[in-house]
Amino acid sequence: MTHKEFMAFIWPSLLAMALFIAVPIVSVAYQSMFVEHEQIMIETETCGPFGCTPEVAVDQDAMRKVREDSPAGRFNGLDTYTNSSHLATDEITEIVATSENFGEIRDRIMNLPFYKALIFTLSYTFIVTPLVIVFGFIIAVVVNSIPSFLKGPVIFFSLLPMIVTPLVGSLVLFWMIDSRGVVGAFLQYLFADPSLSLKASPTLTWVTLFVYGVWHSAPFAFVVFYAGLQTVPSDTLESSMVDGANRWEQIRFVVMPYLLPLATFVALMQLMDNFRIFEPIIGFSASASATSLSYLIYTDLREAETPLFGSAAATSMLTIIGVIILLLPVLFRNAREFNRKA
Amino acid sequence: MALFQTSSDNPAAQKSTALAVLSVAFVLVWLFIAAFPFLWTAWGSFKAEGDFFSRADWMNAITGPATTAQTGGAFTLDGYRGAWIEKEFWRAAMNTGIVTLCVTMISLTLGTLGGYALARSGFRYTFWILIAALVFRAMPHVTLVSGYLLPFFQLNIWGYLPTTIIVLVAINQPFTLWMLHSFFLSIPKDLDEAAMVDGCTRFQAFRLAIIPVMWPGVVTTGLFSFLLAYNDFTTTSMLLTETNATMIPKINSFLGSTQEEGKVMYAVAAVVSAIIPLFVLIMFFQRQIVSGLTAGAVKG
Amino acid sequence: MKFKLTTALVACGLAMSTTAALADCGIEGGSVRILSNDFEALHVIADAAKTCANDSVEVTSNATTEHKNIQVPALTTNPASYTVPIVATNSIVPLLNEDLIRPLDAYVEKWGQQLLPQQLIKVDGKVMAIAFMANAQHLFYRKDILEEHGIAVPGTYAELIEASKMLKDKGVMEYPLAANFKPGWNLAAEFVNTYLGTGGDFFKAGSAELDIDNANGMKTLETLKAMTNYMSPDYVTYDTNGVKPIWEANELAFATSWGSRASAYIGDDSPAPEIAKATALAAMPALMDGGVPSAALWWDGFTIAKNISDEDAEASFRAMMKGISPQVIAENQELAVWLVDGYAPTPAADGVVANLQGKARPYPMVPYMGLLHTALGDNVIEYLQGSESAEQALDDITAAYNTAAKEAGFLN
Repeated sequence: MTHKEFMAFIWPSLLAMALFIAVPIVSVAYQSMFVEHEQIMIETETCGPFGCTPEVAVDQDAMRKVREDSPAGRFNGLDTYTNSSHLATDEITEIVATSENFGEIRDRIMNLPFYKALIFTLSYTFIVTPLVIVFGFIIAVVVNSIPSFLKGPVIFFSLLPMIVTPLVGSLVLFWMIDSRGVVGAFLQYLFADPSLSLKASPTLTWVTLFVYGVWHSAPFAFVVFYAGLQTVPSDTLESSMVDGANRWEQIRFVVMPYLLPLATFVALMQLMDNFRIFEPIIGFSASASATSLSYLIYTDLREAETPLFGSAAATSMLTIIGVIILLLPVLFRNAREFNRKA
Repeated sequence: MALFQTSSDNPAAQKSTALAVLSVAFVLVWLFIAAFPFLWTAWGSFKAEGDFFSRADWMNAITGPATTAQTGGAFTLDGYRGAWIEKEFWRAAMNTGIVTLCVTMISLTLGTLGGYALARSGFRYTFWILIAALVFRAMPHVTLVSGYLLPFFQLNIWGYLPTTIIVLVAINQPFTLWMLHSFFLSIPKDLDEAAMVDGCTRFQAFRLAIIPVMWPGVVTTGLFSFLLAYNDFTTTSMLLTETNATMIPKINSFLGSTQEEGKVMYAVAAVVSAIIPLFVLIMFFQRQIVSGLTAGAVKG
Repeated sequence: MKFKLTTALVACGLAMSTTAALADCGIEGGSVRILSNDFEALHVIADAAKTCANDSVEVTSNATTEHKNIQVPALTTNPASYTVPIVATNSIVPLLNEDLIRPLDAYVEKWGQQLLPQQLIKVDGKVMAIAFMANAQHLFYRKDILEEHGIAVPGTYAELIEASKMLKDKGVMEYPLAANFKPGWNLAAEFVNTYLGTGGDFFKAGSAELDIDNANGMKTLETLKAMTNYMSPDYVTYDTNGVKPIWEANELAFATSWGSRASAYIGDDSPAPEIAKATALAAMPALMDGGVPSAALWWDGFTIAKNISDEDAEASFRAMMKGISPQVIAENQELAVWLVDGYAPTPAADGVVANLQGKARPYPMVPYMGLLHTALGDNVIEYLQGSESAEQALDDITAAYNTAAKEAGFLN
């Protein structure tokens, strides 16, 4: 294929991605280095239905000139990245200097908003991803062996958790795990603890979110592995049986290596998606116990009355950097393979 | 290719009965966990709020005393009537239909062309384009869409369905390209090379030799595109107006806000209504999803 | 006779033509584009404004829960995409900060005869918004339970906690109290309410410097914590939607919630009619004897965008005058606590009216209040859950607020 032919085929796709993703990423990176202008304020009085109170307001005439001069704002360099709502470099230096032991350092760092979110995000990513792969594989292997007239409905129901939008799925489960809901009541019965409440305890909320994550993503892994199982080369399998391998050894030495590329694909997608976890935190009203990087962006942009664009931009860039770091091992492996093929 | 053969001349056949029982039990437990929440919600959508969200006894959702007290019958269509007729959920359903169909078609067109190019190019920079696509996918959608608001208002394209369609196509291109590129890798090069030897241009080779055999993978990727567009909340909630809204933002609006009352049963009925088309979809296309993924994701 | 008949006919004809003119507001031309939140009271107003549409005037409205996120970009363009943003005490602030709305004094003088002085929202002497409804959080209580156990309606938080303790100790209810303590916007609103009850101010006079790291802040946090002792441990997920089913399940004796929800609590169509009949409303408790109700007062109103033609602006103002006219309000008394002429408070408005009479304080309309609101929402919950001290919580709030305020340019 010539360069010209390549471009002719791919230009619409590249254009769409460039316009709607690449350019905004550059713009977000640029914006993360700016903060708002210093607001010039005047003391005024605000009168409303409940009386007059002395307030402070922004002096529009003075601000107009300032905004015209530099519309992007004040250049802040990388300070937004290091301020206390993000990497908090100054605060960490102070914590390490004044703390007595490692436990105190750890507690105080986890109190910082970015690190609190990061801990949950990383825990979620590294607990849910392997569980999804393992469960998906087990379900695929088992479904592959049931009689074929049952396969249709089973696959059909197995896909349900994946195809429902996270906002709605987590809401449905939130209604159910309430201590008076069907799942909540069942758990209270199971553990013989009438005061058990999944929502009240931070640890249990984390567990609920992890379980939700696995429940929601396992069907994706299941479908991928199930498809792969259909194409396991039968001669290798048969020769292993002739050699006296039992079920477990067949799976371990023939099936698993064959499915490894698929597992890599699932791991890639899962690492990326789990690192950006956000909707379940809203759906489960879990923000008391768990926040994530994407949730921090959400609060900066949508919960605040005046959106903090610079802060949200910095957290977004940190999210992208985080994803890249997570993907590096997988990418290096793929790069070697790719270059071998090419 | 069944993994657990039960032929009697297989020496390990005796163990397979216990294994078969275990695997059936496992499947049943998994099915229960997977399907129960939705069956419960579907059942509850025909009850009154006092029953489905009963704090007195969760069994009320099954027996339905409040429903009988309020409406005279054990089941009620109040939730559906309220959502579909009073709140005009049918408009949202129509909007979702338009958006997902257009997004899927456009996404696949761009994706097949791009994926084919990436699969056949053999250039070094192809790898970097794919990596870039992955990095693009990593960007949180909240930030992206918040950034779109001002330019869209300035260009006066905010609030229209076509704008949202293009945005959804673009945001989902990375995933589409990855899936289709790995699928095309598995179609033998000889097919289109033979066509080109016979005098076709690259595009003609694509059209005559590749398109007839690419359907399984395209259907699979199309389904994932469909799901991504159908289930999207962030983009559609911020880029559409009240009358233009698709189903998921509309359901969100039924839930009410801090200061204002919501109609929770309308949301429950709407949620069930939103899932039904997906059921139908999966029923029809499960074979294609599976076979498409076989060829598509193996090289992933 | 003939004379009188003719006069009568002419008079009739004149009257009918005037009515016809009133029916379509008599606006000559322009485009009215309303952006608002999505609830019933605002739908009613927008529909009334839409009756002003005719061949030369178009009136459209977009009622969406996303209005706060899209109002700033939408109004920044020229011409603005919407002419009438309907706002509340907190959502007007970004519009003021970015200079996106215009003063209304000229329009009020020409077309605003129906407005009461209390409806004019003035900033720096200029009318920037017209308010039409008020809202606040207040106390809901079960009068049957209070009567049964001889408890007086609590007037202070101390009395509220004592009453809850008595009900809990007697075994009447395990968790008799509920409030919207979900972290984020809700919890911050509760902190703001309680802090206002101390009489203190949030910021040092004339500056954006935070002033809550003191006895007032400590008292606020301690009051909130004391309340959690009588609330179910699930309180971390309680928002307005979460509390209502619990109230209706007869598990609460006291709750604090929004006045705009009151009609759903006491209405005939409540899912629990016996509870609805036994529900009564009172002002938010004060923090000390003789203090003001600890609730922030909110208003909702409309503004007119700046980046639009004067014709559109005038048409929009006149259409909104129709929308919030006393006739429209008179037909929809129960939808909100209106500030409009001729409004007679319905029983559902008792709580808000009690707050007003008790001289509760308004929600501060300063440009950086939103930043404090977010900082509070994120940093109070750990103290309530017992994982940090009150001083640490106040430090965290201050740190988060200072970082945000520096980024927004309000602090150096």
